[in-house]
Amino acid sequence: MSGFLAGLVPLETETEGFEAPGVHSFDVPPLFEGVPWLEWLDKYMLQSIISVILILIFWMIMARKNAMVPSKGQYLGETAYFFVRNTIARDMIGHDFRRYLPLLIALFSFVLVNNLFGVFPLSLLPTPSHIGWPYGLALLVWVIYNGVGIAKHGFFGYLKHATLPSGVPAFMWPLIIPLEFVSNILVRPVTLSLRLFANMFAGHLLVLVFVLGGEYLLLHSESIINKTAGVVALIFSMAIFGLEIFVQSLQAFIFTVLTAQYISSAAAEEH
Amino acid sequence: MTPMELVGSLGIVGYGLAAIGPGIGVGLIFGSVIQGTARQPEARGAMMGTAWIGFAVTEALAIIGIALAFVFGGL
Repeated sequence: MSGFLAGLVPLETETEGFEAPGVHSFDVPPLFEGVPWLEWLDKYMLQSIISVILILIFWMIMARKNAMVPSKGQYLGETAYFFVRNTIARDMIGHDFRRYLPLLIALFSFVLVNNLFGVFPLSLLPTPSHIGWPYGLALLVWVIYNGVGIAKHGFFGYLKHATLPSGVPAFMWPLIIPLEFVSNILVRPVTLSLRLFANMFAGHLLVLVFVLGGEYLLLHSESIINKTAGVVALIFSMAIFGLEIFVQSLQAFIFTVLTAQYISSAAAEEH
Repeated sequence: MTPMELVGSLGIVGYGLAAIGPGIGVGLIFGSVIQGTARQPEARGAMMGTAWIGFAVTEALAIIGIALAFVFGGL
């Protein structure tokens, strides 16, 4: 049995030469090694700085030229603006949405551009695939939605608002209050950040497996079957890139929608 | 005699098992949205808003699963 299987499936997989992509693929060195005051500047940091500059330029150009008959560029900017304004902010927050619109647009642009760096040919690394970036964004969102709730209801009023849904009978309070506290205060920022991180991380890992594995099969093996599999893997990696563009846009949308939803639920009136 | 030996982390298998439930849940959510849109197309916007929230809450289980797969992957 073991001899048969050993002939069918190589038990000791030959891994020398091919280094499988893993968690270590995301540990990029600093860009300028040996320069002490530039050690903080790695690829993730550079990408986020570039993304901020790009977003600033985009929205400043869009805000400056406002013609009655919009040009193509203005149409693009207005579509992006109205997408966030109407689909996300107005539908989620309601009549008081204008106060939070700058935050939502900034979050959406930042997350979207940084996600799309994962398929942009010159960068090919989504910034949120490093866990620190989603943690920072989710911490910002956590502070803001709790701050909005505390400003609206007062500290203890907000705690009661967030942990006690109206209409719960008194004997259920010992069960409901800890559950709602954990769910609304503690787990929300964790899932918000981990959702973005896990999608970007897994997507980039998938791309790495197909591209690096396909390249290795094509160029570093003798068997014709392996070479064919490598070509198929490389072609299929294009489809994975297409899937990635969809997932990255969807995650930027979901991140912004959930931010709007958290703000809306923290600022909601008592029913 | 061990007929076949698998090496690696059991956490990955656990994550695969943990992703079954959220997979079914997300399928149910969007299946219901499709049904609701077919029955009443003008209510699609309101349904999609709720669906994204439900999707996020359901997917949270899979996300906690992948985090725990990494946490227990070294064990």
